[in-house]
Amino acid sequence: MTRRPARHSYYEANARQRLRALLDPGSLREFLGPEARATSPHLESLDLPVAFDDGVVVGSGGLGGHAVLVAAQEGGFLGGAVGEVHGAKITGLLERALAERPRAVLLLLESGGVRLHEANAGLIAIAEILRALLALRAAGVASVGLIGGVYGCFGGMGIVACCCDALIMSEPGRLGLSGPEVIETEMGVEEFDARDRALVWRTLGGKHRYLLGEATRLVADDVAAFRGAALELLEHRRPLALETLAAEHARLEERLERYGDCRDAGEIWARLGIAQPQRLPLLDEDEFLAAAAGARRGGT
Amino acid sequence: MGQWDKLASNRRARLARGRALGRGKCVSAEQATALLEAVIEPGDRVCIEGDNQKQADFLARCLVAVDVSRVHGLHMVQSVLALPEHLEVFERGIARRLDFSFSGPQGARLARLVQEGRIEIGAIHTYLELFGRYFIDLTPRVALVAATSADRDGNLYTGPNTEDTPAIVEATAFKSGVVVAQVNELVERVPRVDIPGDWVDFVVPSPAPHYLEPLFTRDPAHISEIQVLMAMMVIRGIYAEYGVNRLNHGIGFDTAAVELLLPTYAEDLGLKGRIGRHWAMNPHPTIIPAIESGFVESIHCFGSELGMEAYVAARPDVFFTGPDGSLRSNRAFCQAAGHYACDLFIGSTLQIDLEGNSSTATLDRITGFGGAPNMGADARGRRHASPAWLRAGEEARAGAAMPRGRKLVVQMAETFREHMQPAFVARLDAWQLMERIGAALPPVMIYGDDVTHIVTEEGIANLLRCRNDEERAEAIRGVAGFTPVGRARSRAAVENLRDRGVIRRPEDLGIDKRDATRDLLAARSMKDLVRWSGGLYDPPKRFRNW
Amino acid sequence: MEHLQFDFPGDPAAPAPHPHGPGYVLVGVVSSGNLEVLLEPATPGGGCRVRVDTAVAGYGAVWRAVLAEFCARHRLRDLTISINDMGATPAVVSLRLDQAFEELERGAAR
Repeated sequence: MTRRPARHSYYEANARQRLRALLDPGSLREFLGPEARATSPHLESLDLPVAFDDGVVVGSGGLGGHAVLVAAQEGGFLGGAVGEVHGAKITGLLERALAERPRAVLLLLESGGVRLHEANAGLIAIAEILRALLALRAAGVASVGLIGGVYGCFGGMGIVACCCDALIMSEPGRLGLSGPEVIETEMGVEEFDARDRALVWRTLGGKHRYLLGEATRLVADDVAAFRGAALELLEHRRPLALETLAAEHARLEERLERYGDCRDAGEIWARLGIAQPQRLPLLDEDEFLAAAAGARRGGT
Repeated sequence: MGQWDKLASNRRARLARGRALGRGKCVSAEQATALLEAVIEPGDRVCIEGDNQKQADFLARCLVAVDVSRVHGLHMVQSVLALPEHLEVFERGIARRLDFSFSGPQGARLARLVQEGRIEIGAIHTYLELFGRYFIDLTPRVALVAATSADRDGNLYTGPNTEDTPAIVEATAFKSGVVVAQVNELVERVPRVDIPGDWVDFVVPSPAPHYLEPLFTRDPAHISEIQVLMAMMVIRGIYAEYGVNRLNHGIGFDTAAVELLLPTYAEDLGLKGRIGRHWAMNPHPTIIPAIESGFVESIHCFGSELGMEAYVAARPDVFFTGPDGSLRSNRAFCQAAGHYACDLFIGSTLQIDLEGNSSTATLDRITGFGGAPNMGADARGRRHASPAWLRAGEEARAGAAMPRGRKLVVQMAETFREHMQPAFVARLDAWQLMERIGAALPPVMIYGDDVTHIVTEEGIANLLRCRNDEERAEAIRGVAGFTPVGRARSRAAVENLRDRGVIRRPEDLGIDKRDATRDLLAARSMKDLVRWSGGLYDPPKRFRNW
Repeated sequence: MEHLQFDFPGDPAAPAPHPHGPGYVLVGVVSSGNLEVLLEPATPGGGCRVRVDTAVAGYGAVWRAVLAEFCARHRLRDLTISINDMGATPAVVSLRLDQAFEELERGAAR
């Protein structure tokens, strides 16, 4: 039955389950695994629960026989928020990649941003991750971000996602800088109603991000689909050069010009020339990609 | 000779007062409160149609607004207390006494009003029991019902949510009562006649369509792994074991999980066509994948469910639909069908004691029963056999000379509810509630001698195979987990029951707990359900993220 | 937070644990109503030592009962069990423990 959803939903899986199903069977080797108990001293001093891996799995593995380094944030633990140890594990992985030159680094991102309990350390951690990621890109090691978890990818990790060479998203994944609640709090409910779940998914979900050119691939909510897309993107590079930056700025300027007055993602889809844009959220991935063909804006 | 038509002449007087307010049977919304003041007399028994889905909400608001000096001392007889207005009539002194079945969302407020002495409760009924009393000693003088549309002759079209209307109107109209219907619209010709016009006295077009409660919609996103595990046990340990083909599912996530495991887990076990073919239940959105996979042959409905209209209309081989294409539901018939024609009832509960008595009553809420006690009771009047029914009877009556079957009545509960409230207790809260509200009986939903199986995350207790009360209590302790009741088990006695198959653990049923993940659900989100339905299911906005 | 520690005697006749791969088993996530369970081999000749860090205080007796039953049912020995809990019910705790044990068994079978 084709309508039966995937056996291994990416959205439902936790960080380790995603990695095990994404990588070649049995190939995952964790660095600083749970037995090392690298937990957050900040949470402990606040008498809050800790996780043995501080909410992120880092390690090495194989992807179709290619050596890759991987990091997977655990959305279930504090919404995947980045604390000092959590951030240091990701930075360390990226720095290791610079030294080891694997075929690619895969970042399975799921995060609300910086962990408020350790705010300054978390902010610094984001800066360090960005610096390490850009150094890696300058060195020509492919970086692929994957977004498809319950908590989406926001705040500092939203920036990290946009700094990758390529980005794979599924529809339920969401990507943004400020999360819906933050936008509503800062700008008012008239600007963005965070309780309007349909609006949230239309505006931040994978399909919209793909149509705007921010996501390189839109895949079904299936770990195998993420794996397939990751394999295809191992050669995908965005050279870290002035021209890339200038092109990116031009793209954003054009976007503002064309869609700056749109109140809703649906209006943008209509202007992209998509027939019956209101049906997009209900289409499965193949139907959606067919409907989006030709309309998608260039980007990553 | 005495006078034998006092009710009829009283009815004529009421109608005359009411007719003055409108043209023929039609009375405007503005005149509706005046109409109620004209046709209702102090001390009347009045039914405001309050169903599981459809609510006569406008007429309820009008009743709250009547002049208390003209209308007071009413005795409300209605199946469901769903709206705040259903209790405001008591707070305002318009009504005094109450006989009902189910109070869901108003349960806490009802308990408070009863304790303050502002409501006298006659009794808490099951649906069939209350409908039965409509024809014996609780016949309404005035019924305020809801329909989708009416013509000028008063013919009513109730749409997919016919629900209680036929039972209420039949009792009222044929005992010289007055029937007032609020309708969403007046039309030249109704799409089908659900209630004949000469049973209806007044029709009021309401300012807004009647309220519909999506009571049976459960978002698959909220089904837990524990519920998946319990559903696996139900399918292997009960449905496959007894070959259950005619059944009723209660409301809730526990049974929604069972529905969503049919096209995956049960199909992989080769059970399609062998279990779950004929159903008495509302069109639960979570049953869509089982229908689309070919498990389900027929479903008769108590009422409909918001958003399921187009899907049901497009599956007339499965559902009972009218010549207009839409669902015809009927709570009274479906309850009778559930009681007599089904081999199994399964539902969730909140508390179970060591006799197996099952209750959803808690200290601060009077929730009532709805239909569970009728479905969840052995039909003593049943005379037709089926394999599942006979098999259960054999287990229960081992050694008896006269062959007789038994209904399978399954209660599901996790051993602890939220906030670590144990589901297994030595004494039900229902006893204390009985004392607080001065009732004659503790409000027990399903009596222990009707319960045949208890399913928890720890396993299944088959009470049919217990030889005496002590064994029964030990079997219940044996699935009660780490609740105080469960921890007081005798390990040896429980192992003995397990050896005899009275208690069965997941591993005894061949279930690997690592498989108990949400990946096993045929739909994990509302959107998955819409896709299964081919876009025909249209969930209410609050359930949608698109 | 409440920090609990329990020691259960091992069954000397039972086989010693052999976690596969990395030498430990981890299941579950520290999220609301959930927990993570880490199983690691301990010094031979011992029983099971369990450490529980839980966000919900006051259920030490229930933890002891759940864990004692788990260790006895699977005849465990020479094992350290470490738990970070965010208010899981005994049903979820037992499920995670059993899932962890089945992972351990799968390792031993290799």
